[in-house]
Amino acid sequence: MVTPAPTFTEEIAASGGSSIMQCFQCGTCTASCPSGKYMAYRTRKLMRAAQLGLKDETINSEDLWHCTTCYTCAERCPRDVKIVDIVTALRNIAVANGKLYEGHKKVAANLIKVGHTVDNNDKIKALRKELGLPESPPTVMVDAKAKADFDKILELTGFNKLVV
Amino acid sequence: MAKYAFFLGCIAPLRYPGIERSTRDVCKALGVELVDLKDASCCPAPGVIKSFSKDTWLAAAARNLALAEKEGLDILTICNGCYGSLFDAAHELHEDKKLLDSVNKILAEIGLKYSGGTKVRHFAEVLYKDVGVDKIKEAVKKPLDYKAAAFYGCHFLKPSGIKKLDDPENPKMLDELIAAVGAESMPRKQKMMCCGAGGGLRSQFGENAMQLTRANLENIKEGGASMIIDVCPFCHLQFDAGQKDSGFNFPVLHLSQLYGIAMGMDAKDLGLNAHVTPVKL
Repeated sequence: MVTPAPTFTEEIAASGGSSIMQCFQCGTCTASCPSGKYMAYRTRKLMRAAQLGLKDETINSEDLWHCTTCYTCAERCPRDVKIVDIVTALRNIAVANGKLYEGHKKVAANLIKVGHTVDNNDKIKALRKELGLPESPPTVMVDAKAKADFDKILELTGFNKLVV
Repeated sequence: MAKYAFFLGCIAPLRYPGIERSTRDVCKALGVELVDLKDASCCPAPGVIKSFSKDTWLAAAARNLALAEKEGLDILTICNGCYGSLFDAAHELHEDKKLLDSVNKILAEIGLKYSGGTKVRHFAEVLYKDVGVDKIKEAVKKPLDYKAAAFYGCHFLKPSGIKKLDDPENPKMLDELIAAVGAESMPRKQKMMCCGAGGGLRSQFGENAMQLTRANLENIKEGGASMIIDVCPFCHLQFDAGQKDSGFNFPVLHLSQLYGIAMGMDAKDLGLNAHVTPVKL
């Protein structure tokens, strides 16, 4: 038995997906979706499930993570539904409910560790030197105060708690 | 001389530093002054990080925007992901005063404030709109007769309603930038299809990402191109590393590297030897 969550669309709106109810199910999004061509992800169906308040089905579905955020759907949508913003909102809700994938956690762990989504390594350091560049870029990577500031942003917005 | 805060991002400096170096050299040659945006972080990435927490994404992007504002400079990016994140964040903060106020409460904790004035530019559109194709043609020392596949990626032009750079379905900008060095931009099917890397697909569902990549590679081959020219280190990574054991071997060049070659710069200064797919030109 499917139990809809009556306030789900409000939750989506609060996470940046306020255009969800504008969708009238024409399917232009699905027809335009490069992921949908190769995977089971169906953009129109995801929008409908979200409208109907099918929270568990939506946020626990692997399909939600097959969108590459290419924006082709949103560009072509005749109702100006901000589809990528809705996908992002649904993912934020999924993550807040503990639905995370290992590959994504690794990217987030790098962000927490070094302030970038990928870390430096010996091969890259040597290559940078060969190119006349400093071994590490002049970012949070090499400045402890800047990194502490960045860490504070992650802390204040609750990022670390999501990932751990 | 135009002057920008140079935003490096992650993949260029930490996987393809040749893109960083060639951008520095090409900008210098074209009279675009780049000042390192010191203390910047990841943009943060519009795929995984924005998908995890829009709040974190926005506040961390605002910190980067505020650092540039403090220097009195607009930002220049060399990556569609960085461009997408920073442009979208700047747009949202510019349009929504309440959102700006709430982000500033967070920035105040680290002694920063963002007033909403930083403009975010992409290397390719600065070259096209500000430097101009004519001046680029004059800087070419070695005309190149390559047949190239222009790979725009997604977050360079889209969402087009706020970026307003070019037609998102049938753009011309990168094709003209390629033609400026004497090369031919070859037509192909589904030219605007995503490379496959975005939205966290590459980092978790790599084989699915490769399905999109392979479809692009087949279309590129059918169109008659012999190399890929991109404007995004993430597309660059997806094509360069993704071609390993795929049966395809198109050299993959960031626009800055193509320009470096055309302007007579040394191949070893462009980092071409570090690509996974050999760059034989």
